[in-house]
Amino acid sequence: MNETTVAPKRSPKDFASDQEVRWCPGCGDYAILKAVQKTLADVEAKTENTVFVSGIGCASRFPYYMSTYGFHAIHGRAPAIATGVKLANPDLDVWIVSGDGDALSIGGNHFVHLVRRNVDVQFLLFNNEIYGLTKGQFSPTSRAGTRSPSSPLGSIENPVSAVQLALGSGGHFVARAVDTAQKELTATLKRAHAFKGTSFVEIFQNCVVYNDGAFSAFTAKDKAADTQIHVEHGKPLLFGKERSKGLRIKPGALALEVVSVGENGVSEDDVLVHDETDKMLACLLADMNEPEFPVAMGVLYCKPGHVFEVEIRKMVERETSEATCNLNDVLRQGHTWTVSEDTDLK
Amino acid sequence: MVRFSGDSGDGMQITGGQFTLATAVAQNNLSTFPDYPAEIRAPTGTTFGVSAFQINFGSRVVKTAGDEFDVLVAMNPAALKVELAGLRVGGILIVDNGSFQERNLHRAGYEADPLKDDSLKAYRVISMDISRLTQDAVSEFGLSKKEALRCKNFWTLGFVYWMFDRDRQATIDWLKTKFASRPDIANANVAALNAGHALAETMEVADGLQSFSVPHAPNIEPGLYRTVTGAQAMAWGLGVGAKLAALRLVFCSYPITPASPVLHTLSKMVEHDIVTFQAEDEIAAVCAAIGASYAGSLGVTSSSGPGISLKAEAIGLAVSAERPLVVINTQRAGPSTGLPTKTEQSDLLQALYGRNGECPLVVMAARSPSDCFEMAIKACHIATKYMTPVILLSDGYISNASEPWLIPDVDEMEPFPNDLHMQGPCFDPSIRDEVTLARPWAVPGTACLEHRIGGLEKSFETGDISYDPDNHQKMTDVRAAKIDGVVRDIPDQQVEAGAESGPLVVVGWGSTFGPISRAVGNLLDEGLPVSHVHVRHIWPLPANLGALLSGYRRVLVPEMNSGQFSKVLRDQYLIDAKGLNKVTGQPFKIHELEDAIRAHLEAAQ
Repeated sequence: MNETTVAPKRSPKDFASDQEVRWCPGCGDYAILKAVQKTLADVEAKTENTVFVSGIGCASRFPYYMSTYGFHAIHGRAPAIATGVKLANPDLDVWIVSGDGDALSIGGNHFVHLVRRNVDVQFLLFNNEIYGLTKGQFSPTSRAGTRSPSSPLGSIENPVSAVQLALGSGGHFVARAVDTAQKELTATLKRAHAFKGTSFVEIFQNCVVYNDGAFSAFTAKDKAADTQIHVEHGKPLLFGKERSKGLRIKPGALALEVVSVGENGVSEDDVLVHDETDKMLACLLADMNEPEFPVAMGVLYCKPGHVFEVEIRKMVERETSEATCNLNDVLRQGHTWTVSEDTDLK
Repeated sequence: MVRFSGDSGDGMQITGGQFTLATAVAQNNLSTFPDYPAEIRAPTGTTFGVSAFQINFGSRVVKTAGDEFDVLVAMNPAALKVELAGLRVGGILIVDNGSFQERNLHRAGYEADPLKDDSLKAYRVISMDISRLTQDAVSEFGLSKKEALRCKNFWTLGFVYWMFDRDRQATIDWLKTKFASRPDIANANVAALNAGHALAETMEVADGLQSFSVPHAPNIEPGLYRTVTGAQAMAWGLGVGAKLAALRLVFCSYPITPASPVLHTLSKMVEHDIVTFQAEDEIAAVCAAIGASYAGSLGVTSSSGPGISLKAEAIGLAVSAERPLVVINTQRAGPSTGLPTKTEQSDLLQALYGRNGECPLVVMAARSPSDCFEMAIKACHIATKYMTPVILLSDGYISNASEPWLIPDVDEMEPFPNDLHMQGPCFDPSIRDEVTLARPWAVPGTACLEHRIGGLEKSFETGDISYDPDNHQKMTDVRAAKIDGVVRDIPDQQVEAGAESGPLVVVGWGSTFGPISRAVGNLLDEGLPVSHVHVRHIWPLPANLGALLSGYRRVLVPEMNSGQFSKVLRDQYLIDAKGLNKVTGQPFKIHELEDAIRAHLEAAQ
């Protein structure tokens, strides 16, 4: 009988580095770190094949706390660094960890292009709607009117919607989660990990010091059921403690509306069924804000497409397999001439 | 040397005469050679009706009238047929493809259109429908078709004026006087002149190319030759460098004048496992190159001055993270957007110092088109051996110019693979090589070497984040010592021409090599005691350079900037280096250098 050795199951601890975690006590980042380590254990990831790339900000300290490879780069540029990593070695499992300032302000350009190219990485956006590491200035996702050290009279800018930007940039996988909702977050991260292409996950992350409770209107335990909707492919878009509320297309408009099942002749059949391949529906879900609507969580959109580095590799392999010349031939292409030894020189 | 050729009715003598005038106004030495048919109006389109006008300019002593020319303007197939033999290999051929109809081809004796087969591959062909472009340019003046087409020569003249930076005003004045009674004709010709000039500017046709034409030396090394531009040589050098390092080349760039041809050349080399990435911006380009190096490829980025400014922070990251990176700067005139198509050497101090913090790296400078090949390979070698960014300076002049090149045999070159640590054994990725002080290249995908790097200061001992004051001092010193140590891979400085000591040495770097060597060569022929030293390794400097320069009573440093390398020499060696500085977007003229050398020689005697 042949003996087969079964690799021991990996535990979240296997993915923790020996470095002291130095986020503020109570920071939402701890919860995300825990969920990511659990996800990697659950999918039996290999530390040597896993790379965390980050920019600058509180979230960007993340790679130091992982036992994998890690590159803590410069502000906003993690997507560009990660693209280079994948160009060099498409087999690596690359995670980008970024914040709202890092991804959407200083690195906004790279974010758009990473998503449009569909590089195969997981992009985790820790959105706390504030600049934490620089001590509390308003960020590109801060709501208008946010008072901060740099906007003492209230900011006058409109925030950007991360998921809408990802969809608008041609994103193929767009999801959303809450830091402390471990079960849902881990499930979403697993989906993101399995997806080939840029899987974008916006995580509402509470900053206890500079923006505490920014999301409590829909994350507080007593409110979450009625103010969030967890979308799942093929399932009706129902929410509420009793799952008695639902979403449907508003009659006579290209818009959603909240209905109560069993009231005013509305039955469960009237409620929309989530189709994660439907971009229009994803856009409508992404645009829902409380209090008028529940905030959509889970995989809003998932539709595989060409993966950038895979296509490049295919092109290189196709060309190299047909190549008959070496670099010496390149140097000799085109017009050349020979200067011969002058034997008359004496 | 430029030769204008066309049908005797195409006004080539007028064109040549105007170019002569403009060249004289530019105070070039020149000699001209009108060459027109005996028949005043031979049948159009025939080879015996070809009229030509040749002009030699620049400070080079014109030795014989039979010299090959650098630029040929051929207004029809007959002119091409007759004149092509005189164009030097690699020379520029400007043709009016609007006149290459079958009838004209037949009359000239061509069986097939030479613009459509490989017969002109040895030249740099600029093929345009000059007939149509001229008609478009003069359409508002209501001339007949025949009259409109007669403006072709001035359109072409405008185009060539751009290439050689001639002033149009004297020609405009001449036209206004000549056609005083027909202002419509005068204005149409002026419009054609301006239109040709504008198109050349838009096409970014490089200027000053003639300076790189190398005269036939009596004892040229035997072997297989080709012409090569600086951009081609740079691209091929990078490809070969990566091959010798046994690495995949990942070349990341963003389009910018005059650096883009390097990207274009490498994009055509996919079959050599070369990946090119056109990034969304300059910062993404350098960051992707760093990411590629991090993951075990050779990351290279290329740009020109404004783009290099944008890359500065990321280059600092590569210094801190100690990963290989090659950065090509094809310099152009600044500041800001400056003169994108004009050449300058004004990014030297940016290369040396243009980053935040104490941020040392290796700086090298190619001195001619073909030298880009060797220097690119050298840059790949140093970057991978010392795990450091290397900035390789080129410029618009080198990049666009071509010169004959003895083609090397890549198979004969010494490989320099880096130990990538793709397999165990386990070790601490923060250790350093005792000689080079380089950290190992522990590449993601390797079991047991998982570690974290980044832009925060790291402990010398463990590689973990460290805010320890003494550690920061130590790491700063180690980073500097590592770069200083690169000197062991830099050849001693040679003297290009003249004695190894004496009253005066002319010290150059980069693309001034051509003009300086010619000027010094001319004066040595006259028996004057002058030497030429040309520095290719800007940082670290060659070990013997200080001692070598101290053997001369006077040091003259001609630069196309306000005195950047002379500052470095003064700083490093406490010598009284004198600058000869020019920031006009133009290369040095031989006589400018000769005059300065004579003056300094007098002062040094």
